[in-house]
Amino acid sequence: MKIAVCVKHVPEGHGRIEPGSKRLDRSGEGALNHFDANAVEEALRLKGDGDGEVVVVSMGPDKAADSLRKALAMGADRAVLVSDAAIAGSDLVATSKVLAGALAREQADLVLFGQQAEDADGAVLWAAVAERLRRPVVSQAAEVTVSGETVRVKRQTEFGYDVIETPLPAVVAVSDAINEPRYPSLKGIMGAKKKPFETLALADVGVDAGEVGDPGSKTEVLALGDPPSRGDARKIEGDANAAQAIVDFLAEKRLV
Amino acid sequence: MTAPAEFPPPFDADDAIAAPTDEDTIDVGVLVVGAGPAGLACAIRFGQLLEEHPETAERLGEVPLAVLEKGKQPGSHLLSGAVVNPRSLRRLFKDRKRIDELPFFGPVEGEAVYFLTRRGHVRIPAPPTMRNHGNYIASLSQLGRWLAEQAEEAGAMVLPETSAVQLLVEHGRVRGVRTGDKGRGREGEELANFEPGADITARVTVLAEGTQGHLTGVALQHFGLAGENPQVWALGVKEVWRVAKPLRGIVHTMGWPLRGGARYREFGGSFMYPMADDMVCVGMVVGLDYRDAELSVHDLLQELKTHTVFRRVLDGGERLEWGAKTIPEGGFVALPRRLHAPGLLLCGDGAGFVNVPALKGVHYAVESGRLAAEAAFASLQPGATPATALSAYDDAIRQSFIWSDLQEVRNMRQAFGRGFWLGGALASAMTVTKGRFPPGDARTERDAEQTLLRTDRASQYPAPDGKLTFDKLSSVFASGNKTRDDQPSHIRIRTDVPEEVGRMWERMCPAQVYEWVDGEVRVTPSNCVQCGAITAKGGRLTPPEGGSGPEYTRT
Amino acid sequence: MTVLVFLEHHDGEIQKGSLGVLGKAASLGDADAVLVGDGVSSLASEAGKHGAKKVHVADDASVAAPLSQPRVDVLATLAGGYDAVFFANSVLAADIAAGLAARLDAGLNWDLVDVTSEFVGKRPALGDSVLVDVGWRSTPRLALFRSGSFDAQETGGTAEINDVAVALEDFSTQAAMVEQAHAEASGPSIEDADVIVAGGRGLGAPENFTLAEELARALGGAVGATRAVVDAGWYPYSAQIGQTGKTVSPKLYVALGISGAIQHKVGMQSSNVIVAINKDPNAPIFEFSDLGVVGDVHEIVPKLTELVRARKS
Repeated sequence: MKIAVCVKHVPEGHGRIEPGSKRLDRSGEGALNHFDANAVEEALRLKGDGDGEVVVVSMGPDKAADSLRKALAMGADRAVLVSDAAIAGSDLVATSKVLAGALAREQADLVLFGQQAEDADGAVLWAAVAERLRRPVVSQAAEVTVSGETVRVKRQTEFGYDVIETPLPAVVAVSDAINEPRYPSLKGIMGAKKKPFETLALADVGVDAGEVGDPGSKTEVLALGDPPSRGDARKIEGDANAAQAIVDFLAEKRLV
Repeated sequence: MTAPAEFPPPFDADDAIAAPTDEDTIDVGVLVVGAGPAGLACAIRFGQLLEEHPETAERLGEVPLAVLEKGKQPGSHLLSGAVVNPRSLRRLFKDRKRIDELPFFGPVEGEAVYFLTRRGHVRIPAPPTMRNHGNYIASLSQLGRWLAEQAEEAGAMVLPETSAVQLLVEHGRVRGVRTGDKGRGREGEELANFEPGADITARVTVLAEGTQGHLTGVALQHFGLAGENPQVWALGVKEVWRVAKPLRGIVHTMGWPLRGGARYREFGGSFMYPMADDMVCVGMVVGLDYRDAELSVHDLLQELKTHTVFRRVLDGGERLEWGAKTIPEGGFVALPRRLHAPGLLLCGDGAGFVNVPALKGVHYAVESGRLAAEAAFASLQPGATPATALSAYDDAIRQSFIWSDLQEVRNMRQAFGRGFWLGGALASAMTVTKGRFPPGDARTERDAEQTLLRTDRASQYPAPDGKLTFDKLSSVFASGNKTRDDQPSHIRIRTDVPEEVGRMWERMCPAQVYEWVDGEVRVTPSNCVQCGAITAKGGRLTPPEGGSGPEYTRT
Repeated sequence: MTVLVFLEHHDGEIQKGSLGVLGKAASLGDADAVLVGDGVSSLASEAGKHGAKKVHVADDASVAAPLSQPRVDVLATLAGGYDAVFFANSVLAADIAAGLAARLDAGLNWDLVDVTSEFVGKRPALGDSVLVDVGWRSTPRLALFRSGSFDAQETGGTAEINDVAVALEDFSTQAAMVEQAHAEASGPSIEDADVIVAGGRGLGAPENFTLAEELARALGGAVGATRAVVDAGWYPYSAQIGQTGKTVSPKLYVALGISGAIQHKVGMQSSNVIVAINKDPNAPIFEFSDLGVVGDVHEIVPKLTELVRARKS
């Protein structure tokens, strides 16, 4: 079974938005989006000791290679990075095109995503990619089992757990509750440097420069501002009527 | 009056010595512990030698040289001023790199030294040992990251998030190190993703762990390498700020907020350096032989910033980063009597190569790493006798400018133990006579042996306002520290100590790891930024799980 | 301005979040709604009462299960005629919105807390430390709003009904619901809870966590803990909220005996409403709470729990 995992290299530490470009400052150190580590771990578990293949795919600048190598160190077999100057600033529509292009080349049985991206907090990418690949998609997977040509997912929703089944090939996004990602062993880290690593340009994934980056994006950031302050923060002192005052406040906010 | 030394930590260096197991060892040619300036200079020089001698490279197998780094990545645990003397880097790169290719912020353009009082300041001429013409301002963290890239290009394998917890020794010879486990819980239990450490064996192991190096301390004891005089340390706490107006020239200060009286033993000063046009760094450095249990270097830094000299630069600015680290201050008289053992070499701050009066250590670290690479390389040649080959490193160090520089200023720090005024006079005498007066070596006393006293010093620390001054917890946050909580404590101390000692630790630690609560010491190991102060003052820091600790980027 | 609003429903009721978004859409211009499911025609009048001018009803057995891809197929046939399509965020809605964005090559902005009449979206970013204005460059503009951004309001209208034929793509019918969700027996998890009551060292002793537990039960919420008390062994790590624990953004966060150090703050600062009780008037938490109470948790919380229980019954 071939499993492809989409991973993202995200800025480390406290994010900062570049006031000029209004984009996230990605110039500093980055790391593997920790939600994607769950997806890599799940792929490795599903592969187990079998003769499947786990390939990690990412779209990003050259240094995204660091995150791909971390996934290789965990045990993934191969890495693919789509890197092109034109890509910077791509929104969901553009990003999903590129990833779908790279995944179409792979023709994986199962495509895994992590729950969200730390940097954009977006929890939506997989649905857009699945749409382009014309494959069934299931998200918020707290448990994944594959038997034969079917994948069975326990999906975590606001109402509890659904169990959904779909034939392969399919796209599944895993929640961070699904597993505890392994630490790469030293041997794994050292071996990662020797594993196959492909860098692709836009043309290799069948996407035009005009379809990505700023020209290819259908959304834009207009301005940055301070968040509305918490309004009138109220303060009460003393125990006597505190409980009643709190209840009144909650009632006013329609929370009780 | 108690001294912390009366309560030695529950730590036995012998526990950190082990024989290599045969299962699954990873074998490399040369193993460097620490991706700081010393370790990376060693890796770079070794790579150059291998390029010139490919036959040696072939004999060393798949990984001729590996560098272990316990931080998240090279630079994460590096912190210094820093004003760097470029001579060692020039020599290392054999002038293959121009100065403008090195990640410096720029040359020093003028400097001022001030003596501060609470409300005033007096400019004093820079002591000759502190003249910085021809030197460059750098962020050691960034320099480390850049050096790591050069090391990888030179063929080294850099392995971050990997701690070295035990020295592998067999038949009296260092065979390599054992790396730390990952995925243990608070009680030491194995968690779901437990990954045991591995044995890494090598022909030569180079310890470049920096200040308070864990295995360096173990090796000094096990092989009897320590000199007659114990090492002593200072604690530096530093912040990086974005500022509205550029600062031109570097600033050093002495005096306030430190007290000059001999009984306090408060030796140190502050620095403020420009980085980019809109960035400066500011720091406070104080010797850990201070006696007042209420002294807190972090809070002294906060106090310092309220002084006009600093306030006029920082007002309206934004604090970007914070960090803390110890600096070995014993100088020449505290150097190990030998810097090598069978299969082992010691470099950099771990060996104590810091020129205190000049506030310089980076260029010595780089030079010592370079010399270590040459000695290691020589020892791997056919016909070399391992024993003599590595002793050539000691000879090389003794013939280098590291040795002559440190010898010249050798008693300066110890003189200041007698207070600023007397110490200042002695220091001037030493400078003028290039180290020949006063004669003899002043004996250093261990930091933890200083008896404690208590004053109301803490009442003068400013209440943090979150704009100019900050509390410790938000500072730990600003160091990028995200240490995983559910792991065993890496701090070895006795918690049943008298109040004086407990409170001293509470104030001492810049990261609020220790608190005196209900008559005993409460430890929050996940706050630790691994500065090493606790080891100087009665405890023992050991490496936590690899990847833990601060994630410095601009310190 | 014409807006199409996706109304999510569960157990025979339209979700309040969806109704809130419908109300917002109606305030901007003409708002139509779409209901997809089996037997949903009966919900159309509810949509009308909450501001929908027209309700597209795709009532068919083939779309009974709450799966996203068939809904993308339905919306794709309708969306083209609108300036914007709005969703109230949920696991299902997010998947539909993104799938639709890819289907139509249309821009999607998510995690919005508001949108202006000129279609400038407002979204908090970087842990709610900055508010970003976002826009769309093409139509339809797809917008996913943070849950609870708008309150549902009955305006009492009637909507025109439009029955929509359901035609599904092959790949949309591959995923099948084998077992549908049933409510959790033991209270909501921290991640999903609308209400979290968290305890810190100010509770005094591990036994006092019952104060937090009782209040959480009364409010129908989950219990959280700070790093300090988890370190001390008072509560399990799975409940830890903060930089090295979980990040949550419930509608209501009640902090008991928590000082509010930044390590904790970054884990809960996007909560809608923050109520803090602490006996230290200088505790940093008061700088970012909506209601700060300087007092003794042991005195206040039991009374508070009683009052909440009384109100709910």
